[in-house]
Amino acid sequence: MKATIKSKFTKEKLHRFVFGSKEKEGAGKQIIVYGLLICIGFIYLYPILYMISTSFMNRDDLLDTSVKWIPSALYIQNYIDAAKSLDFWSSIGKGIAIAGLPTILNVITCMFIGYGFATFNFKGKKFFMGLLIFSYILPSQVTMIPTYVLYNDMGILGSLWTFVLPAMFGNGLNSPIFILIFYQFFRQVPKVLLEAAHIDGAGYFKSFVRIAIPSAAPAILTVFLFSFVWYWNESYLTEMYVRGLSTHSDWTNLVIQLKNFDMSFNTLAQVGDTATNLNESVRMAATSLSILPLLVMYFILQRYFIESIDRTGITGE
Amino acid sequence: MSKEKKVKKPKGKLGKLEKREARAGYLFIAPWLIGVILFMLYPLAQSFYYMWYNIRITPLGTKFIPVGTGNFTQIWLENPEFPKQIVTYLWQTIVQVPIIVVFALMIAMMLNGKIRFKGFFRLIFFLPVIIVSGPVMNMLVDQEAASIPAMNIQSITAAFGTFLPQSAAESVGEIFSNMIMILWYSGVQILIFLSALQKIDPALYEAAKIDGGSKWECFWKITLPTIKPMILLNAVYSVIFMSSNEQNELINMIQRAMFSGTKEKGYGYASAMAWMYSLVVTLVVLVFFLLLGSKKDVYDRQVKKRKRAMKKEARLVKKIERRGIRNVKKLEKARKKRKYRTYTGESDY
Repeated sequence: MKATIKSKFTKEKLHRFVFGSKEKEGAGKQIIVYGLLICIGFIYLYPILYMISTSFMNRDDLLDTSVKWIPSALYIQNYIDAAKSLDFWSSIGKGIAIAGLPTILNVITCMFIGYGFATFNFKGKKFFMGLLIFSYILPSQVTMIPTYVLYNDMGILGSLWTFVLPAMFGNGLNSPIFILIFYQFFRQVPKVLLEAAHIDGAGYFKSFVRIAIPSAAPAILTVFLFSFVWYWNESYLTEMYVRGLSTHSDWTNLVIQLKNFDMSFNTLAQVGDTATNLNESVRMAATSLSILPLLVMYFILQRYFIESIDRTGITGE
Repeated sequence: MSKEKKVKKPKGKLGKLEKREARAGYLFIAPWLIGVILFMLYPLAQSFYYMWYNIRITPLGTKFIPVGTGNFTQIWLENPEFPKQIVTYLWQTIVQVPIIVVFALMIAMMLNGKIRFKGFFRLIFFLPVIIVSGPVMNMLVDQEAASIPAMNIQSITAAFGTFLPQSAAESVGEIFSNMIMILWYSGVQILIFLSALQKIDPALYEAAKIDGGSKWECFWKITLPTIKPMILLNAVYSVIFMSSNEQNELINMIQRAMFSGTKEKGYGYASAMAWMYSLVVTLVVLVFFLLLGSKKDVYDRQVKKRKRAMKKEARLVKKIERRGIRNVKKLEKARKKRKYRTYTGESDY
């Protein structure tokens, strides 16, 4: 009798230890959660780790089946060759220009438009909001061809204007999202503040500049970061408009360079400028180089990236 | 929003202040309006016009040769690639989007608990957002870095092939082979879910706990209904992201068709393709809207029902009243007539 009670007691204790009680999380559950998180985290990082480790291998390491993760020696020649055929520094500079300029315009116009939607009542507002969402859902491919023709007629194909112009008019890359972010944000600015400003004699524009913009710093930062990243990573439209598929202007960014990496590497190799043959290590080195600038930016500004969605209040209050 | 609705504005002309406000509103969104007309509506209409033509660019200028529905018949009947790719695209989105959303929700729930190194985990899970771009992904997929090692894809595909159609089994196999990539696409979604989860009132859970609700029940009855709009948002975001990603073979096909020098392809052909593609994407988004669209919650619905019933009753009462008045009038008329007649009759007597 006594023994059974005792065993029951310990069982309960064990149960409590593993599954937890109301106050404390159980150890078993915690182990499972941490285990899952670490496993998934590893899976997340796996391609990056693989990429980095492969990029340092020389050809012997690649062929050697006993070398799986850690290369026998740090072989940096891959990076040197990859950087050469990526045209690394000039591509970075151009990439920053391609991503940066439209981004700044995007921030300014989207802020304007979002404010307009958030604070004023006018006829057809709902319809325009619907149009805004529709313009987000609509794939850009359907408007791509006439837009291309339009740019061609305007003679701005193969220049930065092709990105600047739509961004100036609030139709840049993913602009609807940014407008919605600003819309959501400015709706939370108390109307009383704006009314007070009006009573004190501020016009609509002045109250926007003096009250709304200073309070919108988190949203501005979020939009800036996301817009920059998206523009940086956009290869399809950049190649089409800014580079010009048929004209091939000098504009390029790292992502496009990576896309055409094999070709440019081979031409360089024919000249005899490279020390290695084209193999997966070089490709991986090029890939790591092309994501390097954004990675650096991410690790410096990580806090703002991660808290961005929290701060803009896009999930509602 | 709801507060504004409750205050009924008297209909009629806008006041001076309201007019001014409306003007300011138009002024603020004017750039966007111009942009939408210039960069969306006008091209949309034009590509609609293009798709009925075969457009050839000659040194003398562009030639428009009307072909009627020729572009469509060519796409669907003569070129087997487009229909095939559309089917693959459909299967992929139908399978991948739920995976992404569910996975993001799971991760967000795990991160929402009391966890150490929360910031670190968030850092990892958000990292792919920075990196995903077409060429980078292509590189990684080519090197087979995007598949989980020690996963036999062939056998999985074969196993699914026994009870699914061929195209479906293939896309399922592809999903398994690119598992990491699908997980990579869920960075933004995780953050959206996380911030939505953190905004749920903990008092709700406490109340449920006091009433004896288990965690399982709490999830289904509290968490899920509260974040339902976010599920829709994430699903739509995933669809759009995947349909404009360069991993998507369809958009590359459209581009290739646009610049191909062959006789039958070109701008018109590509426009027709793009239109059909965007129709498919819109349809997929619509399906997700219908599936996940926010139905009003039970209380709201009942209130609405009751209001409607009351309105109906009031209308009925009014109708009866009106009919009553009419009847009384008729009766009076009739009585008057009769009275008159009877009166005359009586007088005749």
